[in-house]
Amino acid sequence: MMKIRPFSIRFGIILIFLIYVVNFKAFNQTKKVDIVKFEDLQKVLNQVSDTTVVLHFWATWCRPCLEELPFFERLNTEYSTKKVKFLLISMDFPKDAETSVKGFLARNKVQSKVVLLDEPDYNHWIDLIDKEWSGSIPATLIINTKIQKRKFFEGKVNTEIFMEELKKMWTVTIQN
Amino acid sequence: MKTHIKNIKTIFLLGIVLTGLLAFTPANEEHKLSADKGYAIGDVVADFKLKSTTGNLVSMADNRAVKGYIIVFTCNHCPFSKAYESRIMALDKKFASQGYPVLAINPNDPSAYEEDSFENMQAVARAKGYTFAYLQDETQATSKAFGVSRTPSAYVVKKEGDKYILQYIGGIDDNTQDANAVTKRYVDDAVSNLLAGRPVVNNFTKSVGCAVKWKGV
Repeated sequence: MMKIRPFSIRFGIILIFLIYVVNFKAFNQTKKVDIVKFEDLQKVLNQVSDTTVVLHFWATWCRPCLEELPFFERLNTEYSTKKVKFLLISMDFPKDAETSVKGFLARNKVQSKVVLLDEPDYNHWIDLIDKEWSGSIPATLIINTKIQKRKFFEGKVNTEIFMEELKKMWTVTIQN
Repeated sequence: MKTHIKNIKTIFLLGIVLTGLLAFTPANEEHKLSADKGYAIGDVVADFKLKSTTGNLVSMADNRAVKGYIIVFTCNHCPFSKAYESRIMALDKKFASQGYPVLAINPNDPSAYEEDSFENMQAVARAKGYTFAYLQDETQATSKAFGVSRTPSAYVVKKEGDKYILQYIGGIDDNTQDANAVTKRYVDDAVSNLLAGRPVVNNFTKSVGCAVKWKGV
């Protein structure tokens, strides 16, 4: 005997399917990981702009990095209307970009712009970020090219000091 | 007479102020910086006595026949260190017989990373068949003395008399992820320079690695 499915159940199934597809697509968009070379970062470092840029070096497997990721994510959201840009630069291996990195970003619903730096000759560019940097991650650089000010943090940032330094950068530009 | 005493007092006070100022000159600050940053090229590296995964206590002085050591601060948990495991073994294979064996030291606080516990160090050394000593820096005093900030980090020392002089600080080569794409073999070149009786050409490089986990921080 043929069971005739009521219209409402069929409609419900299609609706759930559509919601799933839409969410999945939205998720995929936030998961995007651009692979960049150092010259792409150099463009950001050299470009004269009154937008304060925060370059944050991290990796998905770096425990102290994960501990402070929510802090940067929160700032990225809270200050989206301010002249400050957050760039999370992953030091994960390029071979993991489409797999573990993308997966990590999706699972943790990371909103900030994430790029993966594919520049294996580390010795060539570490000093160009900061001469004091030993190369350990996490590491964070705040830079404002208009007022030519930079502040570098090696290791997890002290959130109070970081906020002070960040506010110093954009307060000056507003006055200008 | 009163003016005379006043002048002496003034000169005396000035003297104290000047001495105070001199005590805080940049020269002193530089010393402070290098103490925090560890050994510099040319420094005498103090010997240590650290527990090996074999259970023995190991010092540089134990092996009288060596010309020097390739000291690598590495660990179990860090993907950058893991990527270098076979290359570290290859360095020992190539240079131990020529007088420069590898000495691996784990600088991390094992309570921070379960993978870096002594038992896991022993497991890795056994599983990979390490031909070199893998030491635990329990107090982290040796790591502090070297000024290690990340893993992996390599230091090449050359034996001169009963002293060990630092010849190279830095990365192992220029490609962590892909051993086949390496173009600059920093440690290999440094040791080869020394074996040829020459000073190390490129004696300082930087590399990206996992921050050392210090106790109590």
